[in-house]
Amino acid sequence: MATRSTSTSSKTAPKATVKKPATKRAPKKAVIKKVAAKKTGTKVTAKKTGTKKVAAKKVTAKKAGAKKVTAKKATERPTAAKAAPKAAPTKAAAPKAAPAKRAPANKNADKAPAKERVLITGICGALGRMAAVKLHRRAQVIGVDHRGFADRPRDVEHHRLDLRRKSALALLKKKRPTTIIHLGVIRNPSKHKGNGSAYEINVEAMTRLIELSAAAGVKKFVFLSTSNLYGPNAKSGSFLTEDAPLHGADRSPEIRDLVALDMMTQSLFWKHPQIETVILRPVHIVGPTLRNAPSRFLRMDPMPTLMGFDPMLQLVHADDVIAAMLLALKPGMRGIYNIVGPGQLPLSRVVTARGKGSTPYPEPLLRMAAERSFRYGLSTYPPGELDHLKFSCLVDGTRAETELGYRPARTLEETVLAP
Amino acid sequence: MAISNRLWTLLKDWAIDHLDPEVAARIDAIPREHLNQYGVDPFGFDPEIVKLIAPVLMVLYRTYFRAEARGLENLPEGRCLLVSNHSGQLPFDGAMIGAACFLDAPKPRVLRSLVEFWSAELPFVSTFFNRAGQVVGTPAVARRLLEMDEALMVFPEGVRGLNKPFSERYKLQGFGNGFMRLAMSTGTPIVPVAVVGAEEQAPAVADIKPVAKMLGLPALPLVLPQILPLPLPVKYHIAMGAPMTFEGDGNEDDDFIAGHVRDVHRTIQHMLDEGRARRTSIF
Repeated sequence: MATRSTSTSSKTAPKATVKKPATKRAPKKAVIKKVAAKKTGTKVTAKKTGTKKVAAKKVTAKKAGAKKVTAKKATERPTAAKAAPKAAPTKAAAPKAAPAKRAPANKNADKAPAKERVLITGICGALGRMAAVKLHRRAQVIGVDHRGFADRPRDVEHHRLDLRRKSALALLKKKRPTTIIHLGVIRNPSKHKGNGSAYEINVEAMTRLIELSAAAGVKKFVFLSTSNLYGPNAKSGSFLTEDAPLHGADRSPEIRDLVALDMMTQSLFWKHPQIETVILRPVHIVGPTLRNAPSRFLRMDPMPTLMGFDPMLQLVHADDVIAAMLLALKPGMRGIYNIVGPGQLPLSRVVTARGKGSTPYPEPLLRMAAERSFRYGLSTYPPGELDHLKFSCLVDGTRAETELGYRPARTLEETVLAP
Repeated sequence: MAISNRLWTLLKDWAIDHLDPEVAARIDAIPREHLNQYGVDPFGFDPEIVKLIAPVLMVLYRTYFRAEARGLENLPEGRCLLVSNHSGQLPFDGAMIGAACFLDAPKPRVLRSLVEFWSAELPFVSTFFNRAGQVVGTPAVARRLLEMDEALMVFPEGVRGLNKPFSERYKLQGFGNGFMRLAMSTGTPIVPVAVVGAEEQAPAVADIKPVAKMLGLPALPLVLPQILPLPLPVKYHIAMGAPMTFEGDGNEDDDFIAGHVRDVHRTIQHMLDEGRARRTSIF
């Protein structure tokens, strides 16, 4: 057998596909299985050379539980070691013979037992891009956004879709994602231009994604919510845990759709318990490439503040939020997690740390001005947001630390200076 | 705004330079382990602010109220829960207990107290309380402060004690059970404190509750002297008793807890009666 394999290597080289260096007839299936087991999963879009059955077996094995697949690997290692010297000369030929769309077969460095298919909505935003960059080597990333993603990494699939449409749902069902990371939420409603209100779009998109999760056998659903939903107010007290009620829409009705989205995602816990649902509620996210409200506010010079008020602020760097997201992808992680930064400090000290100035306005005056200009479309700043300049709303991040193992890597100073 | 900032900085520097060196030493000795690089603890307390408050407090404590404190050696290190009577319409008694613990106690400590949530709606007051270490009070916040080994001051009588009419003076009102459960579940010793003298600072002849309700205030006492929220210059006598530790985890029956609460109540009432008997004049 050994001699035959080396002699037929040249014969099989032109036949060699992306899949693997098939050496000979009799052990072909066995070798295919072994090498496929070494690789981190098989793609449905691979050339149809009879490996679909193996792929299907692998997928079902994955569904049964990640542990099973690793066990298979373990038992096959001694035989794989024998196959390696046989397959080595042909392996050298295989990558040259076919365009290497995935990591070559001899790279055993992937830690995940099988290759995930990760659907990222809102991939064109700053956080979506960062997530795609972190994930595209270890998983097949499928991006969905109503915007185009021209400068994406090569192995990221992008679909320019309106998630409200049933056609989008049909397309995504075919992709069979294993993981969904939902970042595609309109958080700045007045800036949004398009048909339909931000509320309608957000809720419809979430409904479609929930349908998709149920129908396509999704195993993990990660939703990026926000700690703003707790609502800064006088009564709540400090260091709110994940069980605190979401009062944010009380004084800021423009975020009632975000509250609805958080609740809809929570329904997955009981409606589809087989899906590992994770809701992340980060504090104010800031970063150099972000254009969200906290980042834009901190870039202002002078920053408007309310006279006589100096609330404590919690900030978190975008890199740390992405790190939390990656931790949430680990098998077994499910639940609601507050994601905090490296600490909290008063708004006045943020101002001095950034070397900016601040202009205090009397609260009744600024509130009236904000309400009028928002109502007449002169500004995109919802008046409810002024509460963030008045009240502290500190959240407790212990659960993410103990269960996810999340700790912010950036220091408080780096975070404050980030935007 | 730059001008007012510079004026404020000048004022602060002047105040700090003219601070009594002994007081400055006490402030510098405040433990700073919970402070981050921006000088605040997780709730926003900044010990440097004490340098600005200290002169004002000293005037009130030494000159205006001429407070005398006894038993301050009972103030422990580490976590403790100071339980005191509340009186006099205006919450100066809390400030004076805090001043005593900071200026006179052999082991000086800054007391943390829980403030009403409506103070967070007031400009300047809210920021001042926050920087001075006084936090909007919820049970979770109280627990967290004790777990940070801070000294927490509570008034279980609440507004009942603060707004009682003059005829009811020195009759300690009922205590709730919450503070006892908190102390037991966090293993915190309770330090009884009795303040004599505050009752007479703003004697109220009546409490106009209907008008108070209309204005959204907890109470509206008719105070003599009227008009200004300034107390009379009564003489404060602050007594601190030995710490009382109660074993248990705080989940016991109401009856069991109420028994311990009665012990504390009796102790403070006794200290009040003793203080009054010892007192020779109100002013």
